Amino acid sequence: MKLECKHVWEHISEYLDRQLDPQLLQDIENHLENCEVCSAILDSTRNILVLTADDRTYELPVGYSERLHKRLAKALRE
Amino acid sequence: MSTTVEQEKDLIARVLAGEVDLFHQLVRPYEKLVFVTIFAMLRNESEAEDAAQEVMINAFRHLRNFRGDAKFSTWLVTIAMNEARQRLRKAKQAIHESLDEDKHDKEGDFTPAVLTDWREIPSEALEKKEMREKLREAVAQLPPIYREVLVLRDLEELNQEETANALGISVTLVKVRLHRARMMLQKRLVPYLKTAAPARKGFFGRLFQ
Ligand SMILES: [Zn+2]
Repeated sequence: MKLECKHVWEHISEYLDRQLDPQLLQDIENHLENCEVCSAILDSTRNILVLTADDRTYELPVGYSERLHKRLAKALRE
Repeated sequence: MSTTVEQEKDLIARVLAGEVDLFHQLVRPYEKLVFVTIFAMLRNESEAEDAAQEVMINAFRHLRNFRGDAKFSTWLVTIAMNEARQRLRKAKQAIHESLDEDKHDKEGDFTPAVLTDWREIPSEALEKKEMREKLREAVAQLPPIYREVLVLRDLEELNQEETANALGISVTLVKVRLHRARMMLQKRLVPYLKTAAPARKGFFGRLFQ
């Protein structure tokens, strides 16, 4: 089956989560091989998610752990 | 500092049996998880820290309700998300905004940004402070119903069912909202990342495969 780009975009998230059924997956992969636009969208989305989940993206405030356990210690005694 | 599931079960049992000081050890591996979940939702560092402390205290007080069929980390994340949601709701009420956000499910443009000259993002890109700032900002700008799904699925790596349970929505809705959240992020970040990324292929190729 021939897919339109728009149709491929609707399935990017499921594609990344590997939730597509085999037939649709095959159609999409065929499309991706021949379509630079869709490949770029897929790569950029994947990369953005990798960066977002990277440990360095969100950091703890300085002294967070000390303050947390101090307050916890108090609560554990109550 | 990693604790095995068995060690964790043992710790929980001992805390419940009265060795309360072991609770510190039990939650230490999840300090960041709880903070990030809340901070990504609230955007305010000091409020997120206060909320994270309360989540840990609540977890201690309700430890008896933890059922061993879920992961302890998932249980904590769920409490953290609930705390974040409550605080968001309060803040909203304070500025008299509508609580009805479901309208977002029917509206909006969720198509990705089309690009013709995408190149891989080098790992050095993340070393830059502005880049991390940009990513956090893009997440923070998502409407809350999309943000909460993205935070649980893509930051905390809960699975679909865990996410659905934590948010009290269906798995189908989790999928729909996650897709939209990801497309909105892509659209918002691509113009920025393109300029920040010199040519270099293959760095992220292995991931997600
Ligand atoms: Zn295409």
